[in-house]
Amino acid sequence: MTPQSNFMVLAPIRPERQGELRAMLETMNGAPGMAEPANALFPFGRFPRLHVARFVILDDTTLTDLPPDDPLREAPVYLAFLGDCDGSADAQLAEFVTLAGDGLRRIFDCCSNFSLNVDLLQWMRDNSTTPAAQYVNWVGRTVAQIREEQALYAALREFLQQQAVVLAALPPRAVRDRLIECLKKNGPPETPPAPTPTGWLISDIANLILFPLVLLVLSPFLLIYAPIFLWQLRQRETTDAVIAPRPDAAHVATLSHIEDHDVANQFSAFGSVKPGRFRLWTLLFVFRLLDYSTRHIYTRGRLARVGTIHFARWAFTDDRRRLFFASNYDGSLDSYMDDFINKVAYGLNLVFSNGIGYPRTAFLLSGGASRETEFKYYLRRHEVPSQVWYKAYPGLTTADLARNTQIREGLHRPHMSDSQARAWLALI
Amino acid sequence: MPLPVTELADIQGLVHSGYSNLTDASFLLLRIIDAAAARAWLADAPVTTAAGRDESTVLQVAFSAGGMRALGLAESIIAGFSAEFISGMTGDEGRSRRLGDIAANAPSQWRWGSQREPDVLVVLYARPSADLAAWRARVVSSAFRAGFEILQDLPTSDMNGHEPFGFADGISQPQIDWQARRKPGTVADLDYGNLISAGEFLLGYQNEYGLYTDRPLLNPTVPGATALPQAEDDASRYDLGRNGSYLVMRELRQDVRGFWQFMAAQASGGAAAIRLAEAMVGRHMTGSPLVPGTRQISGIDAKDIAQNGFTFDDDMDGLRCPFGAHIRRANPRTGDMPGGRRGLIARLTRMLGLFHPNLQEDLIAASRFHRIIRRGREFGAMLPPDQAMNPDAPDPASGLHFICLNANITRQFEFVQNAWLMSAKFAGLGDESDPLLGNREPHPPGTVTNNFGMSSPNGVTRRICGLPQFVTVAGGGYFFLPGLRALRFMAR
Repeated sequence: MTPQSNFMVLAPIRPERQGELRAMLETMNGAPGMAEPANALFPFGRFPRLHVARFVILDDTTLTDLPPDDPLREAPVYLAFLGDCDGSADAQLAEFVTLAGDGLRRIFDCCSNFSLNVDLLQWMRDNSTTPAAQYVNWVGRTVAQIREEQALYAALREFLQQQAVVLAALPPRAVRDRLIECLKKNGPPETPPAPTPTGWLISDIANLILFPLVLLVLSPFLLIYAPIFLWQLRQRETTDAVIAPRPDAAHVATLSHIEDHDVANQFSAFGSVKPGRFRLWTLLFVFRLLDYSTRHIYTRGRLARVGTIHFARWAFTDDRRRLFFASNYDGSLDSYMDDFINKVAYGLNLVFSNGIGYPRTAFLLSGGASRETEFKYYLRRHEVPSQVWYKAYPGLTTADLARNTQIREGLHRPHMSDSQARAWLALI
Repeated sequence: MPLPVTELADIQGLVHSGYSNLTDASFLLLRIIDAAAARAWLADAPVTTAAGRDESTVLQVAFSAGGMRALGLAESIIAGFSAEFISGMTGDEGRSRRLGDIAANAPSQWRWGSQREPDVLVVLYARPSADLAAWRARVVSSAFRAGFEILQDLPTSDMNGHEPFGFADGISQPQIDWQARRKPGTVADLDYGNLISAGEFLLGYQNEYGLYTDRPLLNPTVPGATALPQAEDDASRYDLGRNGSYLVMRELRQDVRGFWQFMAAQASGGAAAIRLAEAMVGRHMTGSPLVPGTRQISGIDAKDIAQNGFTFDDDMDGLRCPFGAHIRRANPRTGDMPGGRRGLIARLTRMLGLFHPNLQEDLIAASRFHRIIRRGREFGAMLPPDQAMNPDAPDPASGLHFICLNANITRQFEFVQNAWLMSAKFAGLGDESDPLLGNREPHPPGTVTNNFGMSSPNGVTRRICGLPQFVTVAGGGYFFLPGLRALRFMAR
């Protein structure tokens, strides 16, 4: 099994070159905001291990929500280049340099700490940001596997269509046997999964055990602190300002312009963490929990009740005073927000209630995202348009990918009862 | 708790009733040519309210955002309406994309509503005995003509409760909780229910979240504002939205011959063609559902159980009603959580997503946040299926003036249209859009959306491929159907 990893290069943009950078990024797009896989500047499609990637200019218009004397108000505008890939992220960066180094140099030359004579790979490493938490829809499913499974699905669909009349009269197991026969003769190739890297496996198991152990050791202290925490929390929750006006129509139009060109969309949002240690430490603790759950629990198709997210991450910037959130999700933003509000409001509240202006929460879990209109305004207002977005498998949702994986897994089961075969056939 | 709706005399009658006995109808799309004259006519227009009973004639008036502007309403007041209403149905190409209004459905192809939405929509109904023409002549008086230019006079025809393809229509509607009998968001909502908060259809009342939708709230200093109702959630301000509703209108042209000839080509014989069409709809032509109605469901009256007393939990394999059938998409009848009401532990494990037995589970949003009240009327000639299957049949030039009412256009009408009807990925399906309404455009390029699958007992999906477009959008707009006091305020 090949685990997924992520990269994010973050660097301040030279203010005088922002316009030029925007124009340059625009040349990479086929449809608005949608990368042309073979574009000349950075040919995303040439990287067979790359699932999703984006270039986004992090221009945070909500910095004005900060107190007037806060130096963070002068924070720079960043360029972020981020993505998710199979295997090591460092190897992916190295491959970028090999195959698209010139384009990347031209892009990063618009950043204030870059110069054309630096070692590009080392510069990208030096400007990399590790996320505080991340989510992968299906840990271990590679781009190559996704492509092969989609080809398998297409082949099965074709067999079924060609032999529809004959197959309609057969019992499920007989149909399955016929399909297996057809695949043996005419099926697409299937690469066996690569061995799981030992290092990754060890660290994964260590994390699985160590985090609960640490929690257990700390639990007496956490229990003693809990009532104090709740008091501190309620003090803040009842007085923190809510800043959720209706977002500017032009801003929404810019975002809408680049949405729904595929069955999936990108989402990038940026905002400031509420000042003080209380909120930061709460956030750090929540991210530990979240990261643990996405590593060990939500690894096959769902993040709690939400099944539509391909990849997501939460990353601090500016000495953990600002938080960047990026995700890749299926459906329109309204469906995404519907999921947020009706399925996982508690989860959003845990994280984002520590952000300036978030709708009022109660005990960190309730309220917040459940305040429908305020929440939708807050979210849209903090959203930043992604200039260039790439997804290696346009037209496919997480549900498509999960279906294809189940079809392949079902194909390899040595034996099926008629009812199991029926359920398996119904997937096709 | 939500509060009951008592101000029926302040609510336009369409919210309360579809006036199905008033079978003659026409829709006038207007441009305001003289604001003062328009206001003068509106000030005492005989608009029918929900308090009336047994009317013979009905007049309803609704405005687009541009229409309110043309009437002279201040921009600061209009800004209080929802963003999608202000922008309009065609105001954003992203919205058109989400609604499926591209290619043949693109606003550039429309007969009306593409460049600029009409300012005003006037709805006229009459009993056959009351003479619609005479009623129209009374409404379209010289005072009316001084204020308005008629852009379109959309006629309708009475198809006796059927839509042009021949199916009984308008069978499933949400029931508005006028008396505030139900508190939304309790464990009862884990199951599907059909009794929906008044605030989902009327502005100024609590919606399914127990909250109030955006609308213009005016300070008492605004001239005339104090004649408006006080805002339920802010006693210091006056509510221009209260008792009003957003009215979405779309002219849908139905290719009746194309529809039935396609069915006939796919099936052997007329009866099989009808069965195929019924599978696509999810109901028999008579209106009875393919999944028999036997359940008691809140908000579904005893006499209506045969037609609507079912959820799709009664057909988990899709053997009776295909997963992509129109009625599954238009109202999936989902509760807040798959599996409905369970014990506390089961609920917690489901909430945390620790347990999901199958792939399709939990892919569809809870329906109570996405309901609309439909008030459409048909137009054109009726052509029965057996005649429509004949290649020489005349074009009946028929269709539906789709009208729906809701309080949050984006969360209700647009969501249903985008996530449920147009989406090729509804309920985990791969490459089909609504069998009736889909525009069949590949999305994204290279990915088809023109199939229709039907489950069969041995598990093999029977697929009809290459569905043509049966329904084409020819016009549309977002309107606000104000309460009576709001109407008089706008007419000041």
